[in-house]
Amino acid sequence: MPLTREEMDHLALLARVGLTDEEKDRMASQLGDILQHMERLNQLDTQSIPPTAQVIESTNVLREDEVRPGLPHDRALANAPRAEEPFVRVLPILE
Amino acid sequence: MNLPELTIHEAARLLRERQISSVELTTAVLERIQHVEPKVKAFVTVTPKLALEQARAADAALAAGGEHPELLGIPVALKDVLVTDGVRTTCSSKILENFVPVYDGTAVSRLRSLGAVFVGKTNCDEFAMGSSTENSGFFPTHNPWNLDTVPGGSSGGSSAAVAADECLYSLGTDTGGSIRQPAALCGVGGFKPTYGRVSRFGLVAFASSLDQIGPFTKDAEDCAIVLNAICGHDGLDSTSVDREVPDFRTALRDDVKGLRIGIPKEYFGAGIEPGVEKAVRTAIELLQSLGAEAGECSLPSTDYALDTYYIIAPAEASANLARYDGIRYGFSAQAPDIWSQYNATREGGFGPEVKRRIMLGTYVLSAGYYDAYYLKAQKVRTLIKQEFDRAFKRFDVILAPTSPTIAFKIGEKVNDPLAMYLNDVLTIPVNMAGLPGMSIPCGFSEGLPVGLQIIGKAFDEETILRVAYCYQQHTDFHTKRPALG
Repeated sequence: MPLTREEMDHLALLARVGLTDEEKDRMASQLGDILQHMERLNQLDTQSIPPTAQVIESTNVLREDEVRPGLPHDRALANAPRAEEPFVRVLPILE
Repeated sequence: MNLPELTIHEAARLLRERQISSVELTTAVLERIQHVEPKVKAFVTVTPKLALEQARAADAALAAGGEHPELLGIPVALKDVLVTDGVRTTCSSKILENFVPVYDGTAVSRLRSLGAVFVGKTNCDEFAMGSSTENSGFFPTHNPWNLDTVPGGSSGGSSAAVAADECLYSLGTDTGGSIRQPAALCGVGGFKPTYGRVSRFGLVAFASSLDQIGPFTKDAEDCAIVLNAICGHDGLDSTSVDREVPDFRTALRDDVKGLRIGIPKEYFGAGIEPGVEKAVRTAIELLQSLGAEAGECSLPSTDYALDTYYIIAPAEASANLARYDGIRYGFSAQAPDIWSQYNATREGGFGPEVKRRIMLGTYVLSAGYYDAYYLKAQKVRTLIKQEFDRAFKRFDVILAPTSPTIAFKIGEKVNDPLAMYLNDVLTIPVNMAGLPGMSIPCGFSEGLPVGLQIIGKAFDEETILRVAYCYQQHTDFHTKRPALG
């Protein structure tokens, strides 16, 4: 079943992705198909199965808190669309 | 002698013996690129100036004598999701079209420090999301074996470049099959190491619990050489495992006597083309005739791995791709306020598949759906891993087809995401379990290459290499070349 327009609007807002109406319609039915396919997972009993987030066994990898060289400002800002050393410029987030 | 056709080990010997120079080899490869690239379109960026500088430096080092790394002076192509200091890195996305990194990723810096020659950055599906390289934000890559078909994906530029002799080897990345599947479709070797074996530092993240860097090579010996160079612990990636790396060359033995091969029946089910199954079964029979023992095994959750993957990978991607906000780097739309700027930047910068996966990932992580989708998928991931663990108690390696089909026509599946996703059904489980896997050429069906997938235990890349090496001592599929002209 395709996602509703309300669901698509909500997701697009959460993801901050602009979509045209046509894109929303097409994607709503594609996502509906994909999610329907995933319903198959409910055939599996996983009640007593622990989740796996990642497969390596290490946890909390720590290192010494020591000063190391980083990128100089000009290099760090080299790709910023709008920069004013030593800052990136952004539009106001508060009125 | 046709220099671009050389393997790494052949070229390294000729360089060492001073029969050829790196400049000669690099020039020949750059000419080959110029000649075939209009047809294949494997590269987003070719870097002839950098390559020739590195080649001259390699020749100077060789002239000075002494011991040298085998990769010194050898031309390599890098998938364009691996960041390269001073060389544009696009992820085949419009959002990074003009992004020039200011540092090297670890795998790249290791190759650089060994004196590798970087000929360019290869095309891929945008942010490595896809199975055909048609999702590139720039152009599709063509399979050198039949230019009307896809090279596979997402590392389709890297596999096509090796198949077309536009480099001696390449690096790709594999999140759900993105090294093994294009290797199969292009008739080259492709190796996905155990999760944690190769540092992901400087690999632009797609799904962080699954992504892994690995090589495309012309044979198993070359594969061992490149793995020796790129594997190993790195403090810059906390998921890189601190574990001794063997000399993978010692695994290259023409001997599979007593080796226990598991054949998972679920990997030979519906959807596998008869020509693919025949080539894979013939390969297994050959290994049996060389002394290996084969037996059937079962990985019952195989059929659910695809759904699991398309929950977990987009979920991780939707978080990872939040960084493309048009503020610190990349494309940035003009807009009156910050919120519409985010929306417009991501609307204009991302292609349809990336948007689809961000939306899907956002959905499965959103309130009310997390348990039903994301948590459920993580539990099924446990089942998949447990089934492999059980199988590997009885078997040393698992053999199966890499891809259910040979290369398909460009455009055939591009409008049907679900059909496209089914390409990865035989490669995804390996990523879910974090295991190493390799695809090697094992024959042809309808004139197009078929890949044999060799799956190993975690951190047992060596047994995979032994099987591949032994197989290639008794077959010549890996030496076949497309008639590109």
